[in-house]
Amino acid sequence: MLYSLILRVAARILVPLLLLFSLFMLLRGHNLPGGGFVGGLVAASAFVLHVLTAGVHASRRVLRVEAHTLLGVGLACAYGTGLLALVMGEPLLTSLWVDVHLPLLGHLHLGSTLLFDIGVMLVVVGTVLLMVFSVEDRLPGLAEE
Amino acid sequence: MNTLLVLPIMVPAITGMCALLARKARGLQRVISVVGATALFATGVVVAYTVQTSGIQAVQMGDWPAPYGITLVVDPLSAGLLAITGFVALAITIYALVGIDEMREKYGFHSLFHLLLMGICGAFITGDLFNLYVWYEVLLIASFALLVLGNEKEQLDGAVKYVGINLVASASFLTAIGLLYGLTGTLNMADLAGSMGAVREQGLEPVVAMLFLVGFGIKAALFPLYYWLPASYHTPPAPIAAVFAGLLTKVGVYSLLRIFPLLFPEPSGYTQGVLLVVAGGTMLLGVFGALVQRHVLRLLAFLVISAMGYVVMGLGFFTTLGLAGAIFYVFQDVPVKTSLFLIGGLMERETGTPEVGRMGGLYEYRPLLATAFIVPAFSLAGFPPFPGFWGKLTLIQAGVAQEQWTIVAVALVVGLLTLLVVAQVWGRAFQQSPALEDQEQFGAGDSWRVRSMLQGPVAVLALALFVLGCYAEPLFAFAHDAAVHLKDSGPYIQAVLGG
Repeated sequence: MLYSLILRVAARILVPLLLLFSLFMLLRGHNLPGGGFVGGLVAASAFVLHVLTAGVHASRRVLRVEAHTLLGVGLACAYGTGLLALVMGEPLLTSLWVDVHLPLLGHLHLGSTLLFDIGVMLVVVGTVLLMVFSVEDRLPGLAEE
Repeated sequence: MNTLLVLPIMVPAITGMCALLARKARGLQRVISVVGATALFATGVVVAYTVQTSGIQAVQMGDWPAPYGITLVVDPLSAGLLAITGFVALAITIYALVGIDEMREKYGFHSLFHLLLMGICGAFITGDLFNLYVWYEVLLIASFALLVLGNEKEQLDGAVKYVGINLVASASFLTAIGLLYGLTGTLNMADLAGSMGAVREQGLEPVVAMLFLVGFGIKAALFPLYYWLPASYHTPPAPIAAVFAGLLTKVGVYSLLRIFPLLFPEPSGYTQGVLLVVAGGTMLLGVFGALVQRHVLRLLAFLVISAMGYVVMGLGFFTTLGLAGAIFYVFQDVPVKTSLFLIGGLMERETGTPEVGRMGGLYEYRPLLATAFIVPAFSLAGFPPFPGFWGKLTLIQAGVAQEQWTIVAVALVVGLLTLLVVAQVWGRAFQQSPALEDQEQFGAGDSWRVRSMLQGPVAVLALALFVLGCYAEPLFAFAHDAAVHLKDSGPYIQAVLGG
């Protein structure tokens, strides 16, 4: 935990922006540079900023779930995408597409690839936070406790 | 059929994931782990049965046709290894329920173990060279974590060597992949087999072969790149060491068996000579190392190295009989090494010392353990009627047929020296009467339930090996079939590329 006023004020603005940007990266990644991995790294960096300014304990409270759980759920999403194709009678990991019409959003072309990317994102966030939390926990100069 | 081939990867993957999600509930984790290992064993058996009844199976991931997508393909060699992997994984899982302490379970032993199995099965089943590299990374990452689980100083020391040398191996492997891709434009193994002409024209075949040999040779602990293995394998607890010894080096050897007959069916240049020298050196130096070791798991680690030499010898002959012997030897070596490391761990646990010379009285106090030791140990030394004998016999026949007298002589001498090592361990740890202060160890210690969970898997492995030795015909026929498919890659290529 760093006691810097500039960093604290900046983090208050940067953390939500980074989280929003990570979602943008995730959704953009289907046809353009981006995707779950990059999105996950950006989201993780938002949390790292939060850890640096508010401390590990506060960050854990903000995250609500444990990093391990994020990892496991992310894996479940990614495997689920692969298995979904199997259930539909296609080889593992085949992309599936559905077209839906929603009243407000209009026509949507949804693919199971997105679920896979979300899984990747959760795994990346979980892995990075697992590392950062355990390092922060043990660094005597930085830890708040 | 589609579904069946992805199961060897998906079953351990999902087991690992569930174990990760259930990491707070230790009991649930253990149940998940055992169920997952059982399912993997069942999958392996079904895959092996399917391959035997209806030939080589292949499936294209994500419905991308070969050679553009990634193909999973199972021929008899892969199928046999998958089934045996499932078998020893189940044995190790049950042993680990007692043999792994609570701390390691809490820090994710079960999920890491199943992710390691996923990497191993993936490497056995993939038909794509780059995908093979990816599976190597998966199993290496899992094995790094398993190796340091527990944070003991000795473990970190072993892990540094292990990680360092494996990075070199990966770099060499990746360089070979890059060269091949640059020259042929494909990485699908079946497709590569037909495109090797470009590599041969450039005169780069021996170069690529040697890069593969270095990359896989480090992972299989072949001479002269084996020194990381005895430095690291004795540091983790016995179940982890057992899965390393039983399966990890086999992945390296499997890759050699897969790549060399397929891509270099008639090796030009010095490939064959190098392979035979490496085989001889591995056998000899492995057994020499074992002769002077006093620490039981280190001694066994040297014997792991020595056994790999036999397999490379069979590969180096480039004949069907040589390959059949090598494959049979790999098949039986997996349960042999696994059970020896589990027994080594038990010997330490029962006597309270890792030094072979200071143990003693195991035969008197633990007759079941002693009996279970005889089977894999004498199989390793190549004694009839244990399965190692049949493997060595075939390999030596293949050598005689090729008139490679030097390597045959080395193999025979190493067999005798291995017998000497085994007899030394038997005499010291099992027969001699225990030192006075150690005697109390036997009376105290584990309850009946704990002991049966430790000795049960070991006894089952020994029994399976004994039956296999007495009735080796079906497995040998299977291994021979696998060798025929390696030597004549036509059906493999057809199964992958179709038409």
